[in-house]
Amino acid sequence: MFDIQTQLFEGQDIRFGPIDHEKDPEIESKWTHDSEFMRLMEVNPARPMSAAMIKKQYEKLEKQVEEKKNLYYFTIRAKADDRLIGKAAVQWIEWTNGNGFLELGIGAAEERGKGYGTQALRLLLRFAFAELNLFRVSAIVPEYNEGAIALLKKFGFVQEVCRRQSLERDGRRWDLLVFGLLNDEWRNQA
Amino acid sequence: MKDVFTGKLVRLSAVDPEEMSKAFTRWNRDSEYTRLLMMSAQPLSSAKAIQKWMEKEMEGVSPTDFFFTIRTLDENKLLGGLGLNVISWAARESFIAIFIGEREDWGKGYGTDAMSIVLRYAFTELNLQRVSLGVFEYNPRAIRSYEKVGFQHEGRMRKYLNHEGKRWDLFYMGILREEWLQMQNGDKT
Amino acid sequence: MRDLFRGELVHITAEEPEARAKAEVRWQRDTEFHRLADSDAAQITSEKKIKEWFEKQAEQGFRPERHPFSVRTLDEDKYIGFFGLWVDLIHSVAWVGIGIGERDFWGKGYGTDMMKLCLQYAFTELCVERVSLGLHEYNPRALRSYEKCGFRLEGRTRKDVLREGRRTDTLWMGILREEWLQMQNGDLI
Repeated sequence: MFDIQTQLFEGQDIRFGPIDHEKDPEIESKWTHDSEFMRLMEVNPARPMSAAMIKKQYEKLEKQVEEKKNLYYFTIRAKADDRLIGKAAVQWIEWTNGNGFLELGIGAAEERGKGYGTQALRLLLRFAFAELNLFRVSAIVPEYNEGAIALLKKFGFVQEVCRRQSLERDGRRWDLLVFGLLNDEWRNQA
Repeated sequence: MKDVFTGKLVRLSAVDPEEMSKAFTRWNRDSEYTRLLMMSAQPLSSAKAIQKWMEKEMEGVSPTDFFFTIRTLDENKLLGGLGLNVISWAARESFIAIFIGEREDWGKGYGTDAMSIVLRYAFTELNLQRVSLGVFEYNPRAIRSYEKVGFQHEGRMRKYLNHEGKRWDLFYMGILREEWLQMQNGDKT
Repeated sequence: MRDLFRGELVHITAEEPEARAKAEVRWQRDTEFHRLADSDAAQITSEKKIKEWFEKQAEQGFRPERHPFSVRTLDEDKYIGFFGLWVDLIHSVAWVGIGIGERDFWGKGYGTDMMKLCLQYAFTELCVERVSLGLHEYNPRALRSYEKCGFRLEGRTRKDVLREGRRTDTLWMGILREEWLQMQNGDLI
């Protein structure tokens, strides 16, 4: 038999949850007003978004999940009070090759540095490898996002590609790094 | 100033969805061709379905996508196509995809010539800073062609592709504006 | 990295369509504001219609060629105005439109602070090579503010605006990337 009892969506202090269309847009809208967060998460020009825009984005996301079948999207919520603290996704899934790209972010600055990212990535990887049965997952990170790079390395990701000078911010160019982790490599860690 | 779309062996021209969709139905039946080009398994779509899809893609003036066909200079034969997708205007970076449809046209320098034309277009007309592409480990002819026009290797995504029970890497290559300009220094035409 | 959204007197926000519509409806009725900001004829639009327009905008999502922002004061978080950047992608040039709808905030440095944030965004996030704008010759307060931010007067189209029976000029200003960088004194990252 297999480990059916360990919950896929429950971490120690955080859990994965669905989108709450009523409460979440306003909270996520606040995150987008933090230019540091936006520049860590987004390669597109950082921009604040209204709750109305976030709502539309959520609708598009759920539509894509439903129709394209190449995306799994989760909200990251604090176990204590179910408040929204971040987002996690496996996207651009190609089933014949068994590939997916990971996205993960803890939205509010005061929630970072508490280990929630580590817990979330652990859940996300288990979902990608043990439930979606992907062969490998990738993550794209700007070279200045030291937190993300450290987190990925902690889980055994290997830097595979350096897209030189693919990003320009604050008057200089930055590299975009692509990290990859194979199912075997993940499995051998546990 | 010379014609920015003309090279030594080929020229770039506009895409006619009807002509192109018919050509695709021929080319797509060569599974070596589709496996060299496509990331995932392709259905054998009808010309009608492909044409509809193409017209939708090309609808409206998109500021981010540029499509061209590749034709021989001497006989104006349709050889294949090129797609340039600007993934970031702020970073001025685009990805590029190129294909020569008929295997009898492979290995004749058409792809290399077309790529030279489009790089010139990217750097002098679209004013981009870098051009990137992905190419499969098992496509050495393409890799050599890209190296010839100046693309540098930037890494490989390990075991990215799955064919015939084996796994293959996806190579990343990129060329920066400065690198391209340096290569042009000898050739002022 | 610097805080892109925060200046000394104001910060950048994205307002909800309802809030924007409520404010627009009031600002629209302020003839002096309208005539300083725009050159089209003054008109009155319903709050409902304006809200619909903003809701439609909210649906659109990210587009590389337009970047609208709302502005609030830092101390009381009051929604006072807006600015927007329209980018010519090929030539990497941005046009700016800026306005403070709340007249109590005119002439107190808020506009200059907003323009500084706007230029910082244009040059360090959109990475354009120049920013352009036009203004009415009868708007000396704006002219002074823009000059303070580094814009240079580049020309004028004579007598192209007719209001209250008088013809006035439109002034055109621009600031180049190098010029803006120099003003930052290497204090960027």
